[in-house]
Amino acid sequence: MTDSYLMRNLRAVRGRAYPRLIGSTREPSWFVFDVILPLFTIAGYAYVYKFLDARAELIGYVVLGGAMTAFWLNILWSMASQLYWEKEIGNLPLYLMAPISRMSILAGMAVGGLFETTIQAAMTLAIGAIAFNVVFSLASPVMLLVVFVVTMIALYGMGMMFASLYLLLGREAYHLSALMMEPVYFASGFYFPVRHLGFWAAAGASVIPITLGLDALRQIIFPEGIAEDAFLPLNTEIALLSGLCVVFMVLSRYALRYMEYLGKTTGRLTLRWQ
Amino acid sequence: MQPAVETQSLTRVFRPKRKKEGSIVTALDSVDLRINKGELFGVLGPNGAGKTTLLKILSTLLLPTSGKAYVAGFDVEKDLLDVRKRINMVSGGEISGYGLLTVRENLWMFSQFYGIKSKEANARIEELLGRFGLTEKAKEKVRTLSTGQRQKMNVIRGFVTNPEIVFLDEPTLGLDVNAARAVRDFIVDWIRSDRSRTVLLTTHYMMEADELCDRIAIIDDGKILACDTPSNLKRMVKMNTTLTLSVAGLNEIAGFDTIQGLNSYSQTKDVESSTTKLRFVLEDESCVSDIVSKVVAEGSKIMSLQKTEPTLEDVFIKLVGRGLE
Repeated sequence: MTDSYLMRNLRAVRGRAYPRLIGSTREPSWFVFDVILPLFTIAGYAYVYKFLDARAELIGYVVLGGAMTAFWLNILWSMASQLYWEKEIGNLPLYLMAPISRMSILAGMAVGGLFETTIQAAMTLAIGAIAFNVVFSLASPVMLLVVFVVTMIALYGMGMMFASLYLLLGREAYHLSALMMEPVYFASGFYFPVRHLGFWAAAGASVIPITLGLDALRQIIFPEGIAEDAFLPLNTEIALLSGLCVVFMVLSRYALRYMEYLGKTTGRLTLRWQ
Repeated sequence: MQPAVETQSLTRVFRPKRKKEGSIVTALDSVDLRINKGELFGVLGPNGAGKTTLLKILSTLLLPTSGKAYVAGFDVEKDLLDVRKRINMVSGGEISGYGLLTVRENLWMFSQFYGIKSKEANARIEELLGRFGLTEKAKEKVRTLSTGQRQKMNVIRGFVTNPEIVFLDEPTLGLDVNAARAVRDFIVDWIRSDRSRTVLLTTHYMMEADELCDRIAIIDDGKILACDTPSNLKRMVKMNTTLTLSVAGLNEIAGFDTIQGLNSYSQTKDVESSTTKLRFVLEDESCVSDIVSKVVAEGSKIMSLQKTEPTLEDVFIKLVGRGLE
């Protein structure tokens, strides 16, 4: 009937990723909500920069940052809040009862979410770039891919950790997600170079992987702005992001174990409306 | 033979985080159970009796406060993977799955968490969809299903992994007669087709427990009050059997006093239907033939005959001191 524990977990990742992979084809309204609407914010910042006759790369930063908001929203609303939502609809006990690692469920959510969000972000980026004549430098595609992958692993690792912690918060989780939107857009420099917040503020914001990831991506895509806008050297940022990958993956594993233990002890995990 | 499920002094206490949130609840109190392989075992009790807590512990979702529980010989606290590979659970009123996915996709997704190869999973899904008359719904999104169809899908989800032991927590809760019948028929067929399979069913429907279960444990306030076959449980109730006859053309009601084993009798005339309702309280059921012979000998015609025996509800009332509903 079954193969090894590894194969079982890989199948579980695929199984849990499936609803997200197929979801975007079932509800085309995402194009309006997840691609078109972010363009309005991008346009707002872009016109302010244009009005101020700012450097061209700043508009590029805005377009890239605006596209990357999709990932942060996905982390907050589809990763961090997900286990709580799964509990409410009755899926969580079924996941916990399955003979697999709970990390496979989270990994499946992350893989599926990453796939659908990457498509959304790429479309926002493409439309934004065309609308505001943004010119990208693709001189280092391998480095671009490396930074993107490392950023996403760290970011979704953070999302996996949040998923367990949010579960302990119960209904307050949704409020926390709402609270973590705008402040993070600001602190992580989604619409301006984070360096200009000052070193210590930017360093603090770097706990959120998208801060360093966005800065590193901007250094690769808009090399003309490195001297004025780069927060840390590119290699340092990649090294720090790699460290965050390990930290968040380990923490998410512990958070998940703790959440499961606490749930089994108190009985809260399998009760709805708690 | 190794039991499918065994509990030893299993106790589960829920303590509120703060005093003002309520008092300490003992959901299970030193429960000792031994369920054999091939058994369809029922746990019958009112809401809050501890049925679901028992299932949650056995399905590794909850830790016991004290005592031990074994499923297929494995400790539910230590051998999690070994237990989980062998079990599945279906609850009544379940709304699991994703409304965006079709019935088939949802079932496939859940099968993947048990590592079943897609080809094998899809073949089982097709077979079970056919068994439950849901083949036509296979490509429809789950959110379009009725309550009964959804619960049938949930039952398929629980069985598609071909578990050794299935925990069914009020599986027919809220279903109409036909849907409940389909679920019950399937459960019986499933367990009878392979004697290595075991079902642990919790319910508060007396009729369901009586009809389906090989043995039943009656639980209340976390304690097992009795555990036996339905017929043995009913024998616990010292209650006389009653025989009610509806007869036409009866003129004389006399001569029944001489029948051995008859405790008492009474009659009620129904003018509208021109029948007489005779009610006999029996001490010994062997006197039924004498009563029927006597009625026929009087030249009367028996329109209906009903024998009333003790029910599980009578057993429950005797043990608990109140009804189940």
